Amino acid sequence: MNRKEQIIEALLFLCGAISVLTTLGIIAVLFFQTIEFFSEVSLKDFLTDTQWTPLFAIKHFGILPLVTGTLLITLIAIIIALPIGLSIAIYLSEYSSKGVRKIVKPLLEILATVPTVVYGYFALTVVTPFLQLIIPGLSGFNALSPGIVMGIMIVPFISSLSEDALYAVPSSLKEAAYALGSTRLQTSLKVAVPAASSGIMVSVILAVSRAIGETMIVAIAAGQQPRLTFDPRVPIETITTYIVQVSSGDVPNGSLEYRTIFAAGLTLFVITFILNNISFYIKKKYREQYE
Amino acid sequence: MSNIKKTSTKRQSEIVSAESTTAINEKLLGKNPSKPMKKIEIKNVHCWYGDFHVLRDIEMAVDPNTVTALIGPSGCGKTTFLRIFNRMNDLIEGFRLEGEVMIDKKDIFSRELRVNELRKKVGMVFQKPNPFPKSIFENVAYGLRVNGITNKKIIAETVEHSLKQSALWGEVKDKLHKNALGLSGGQQQRLCIARAIAIEPSIILMDEPTSALDPISNSKIEELIYDLKQKYTILIVTHNMQQAARVSDRTAFFYLGDLVEFDETKTIFTNPKNEKTQNYITGRFG
Repeated sequence: MNRKEQIIEALLFLCGAISVLTTLGIIAVLFFQTIEFFSEVSLKDFLTDTQWTPLFAIKHFGILPLVTGTLLITLIAIIIALPIGLSIAIYLSEYSSKGVRKIVKPLLEILATVPTVVYGYFALTVVTPFLQLIIPGLSGFNALSPGIVMGIMIVPFISSLSEDALYAVPSSLKEAAYALGSTRLQTSLKVAVPAASSGIMVSVILAVSRAIGETMIVAIAAGQQPRLTFDPRVPIETITTYIVQVSSGDVPNGSLEYRTIFAAGLTLFVITFILNNISFYIKKKYREQYE
Repeated sequence: MSNIKKTSTKRQSEIVSAESTTAINEKLLGKNPSKPMKKIEIKNVHCWYGDFHVLRDIEMAVDPNTVTALIGPSGCGKTTFLRIFNRMNDLIEGFRLEGEVMIDKKDIFSRELRVNELRKKVGMVFQKPNPFPKSIFENVAYGLRVNGITNKKIIAETVEHSLKQSALWGEVKDKLHKNALGLSGGQQQRLCIARAIAIEPSIILMDEPTSALDPISNSKIEELIYDLKQKYTILIVTHNMQQAARVSDRTAFFYLGDLVEFDETKTIFTNPKNEKTQNYITGRFG
């Protein structure tokens, strides 16, 4: 009997260890390949060069165009997702009845379960043609359309977590606001939202890191032209798209071109790692504010 | 043409007769017309939470500039009763009220009255101090700002005046822009009183305002209630018999959803008519 318990314990430990080891393995591979990469390309060029052309005859290894492409699309996504997500959260926490809340919240979370390749298709074949009717000169591949669609995709990240944060604001504060003659909107915007701001910030950061890492939508609809621009109408390339492009192409294993994707991957990893840590820090710092 | 004239004359005569009837009634009943009108009048009020009948057939009238204490064992409905007057019960799903609730002769459940306008006239202080996680200044200014007042001078003056009225000014005048959560419990509660009176309500509802406080803060707030009576009509829920005896003019005793007795505080505490009241105030139950 005791032996059986021991085996079970060992198996459970193994399951935990596998995920941790996998993560460590990924980081190690990223790290070693990146070191190899930097033995041939200087860190200064990588961070300051304004062109990214590792697959061309004249090679440049400046990561900036990929980073701006990624940030541009993320920015568009957040501009779309924050107002919509926050409005939904305010509606669900302050206006809707319990019944509505129970139905709408899971429905919204379905948005997050739609395969991203479907979103990508949707951006390319529906949203882009529609936007081209309004915005003359919009390319078939552009940052705007996948940015908007990605914004819709991350709405549930913001609405769901923000709603939790708003719902957790002590009812005594909301009652105080109502007792002073505030309308529901005033109570939400002047009392509940500021009191829940740390939770809302966490939701935004998680949505941002989701958007930065998103691959399929941008690979399908944003194009593959690394370009240092903040113009949303032209084709660009994000870090993730570049990695897809090289991984699925015929770049020889172990070449410098091949190693670029590890440098790009590590850059992506560093950005999302920092963001996740910021959100963790905010969560921890403001958790006990009302307790 | 003549038809219209007829109706209007008829209406006028109706008004005249209505007026004279009240005058006659007052004479007959020996009412003094110069006596101030009742601040609050409620009749045949019943309340439910879902199927639970929490208040039964309540009738009460409150004079302006008086303190009315609401006492009774836990669960007797006194807090629900208090929250009728600023319609805070409306926030609870499943709450239902029947009957007539008049403040200044106006039905507070009438469709023309907007609930947030009512709440500007009927302030509230809660059991646990609940300042906003903002600065002391912004806490008091909040009510003014949601009222659309933007003039900085008026806001600053009102904040100072309200803090002086709530006897907190001396303690906080040098740290108005510090977070209110840094104040002690008693200071926070006086801040909540300042916040409530900043928008000049005419009634203040207090739900056990000192139950979470130490004895010194407690007596400060009781003094304050005595001063505030000059300007406001106060209803206070309390579990503390001495407090009810000290601060109130009249006392209402609730028991299991009934208003058992409502009389001068002195009478309630020295010569109650109902046996249940007698038992409760002498501490035999509750």
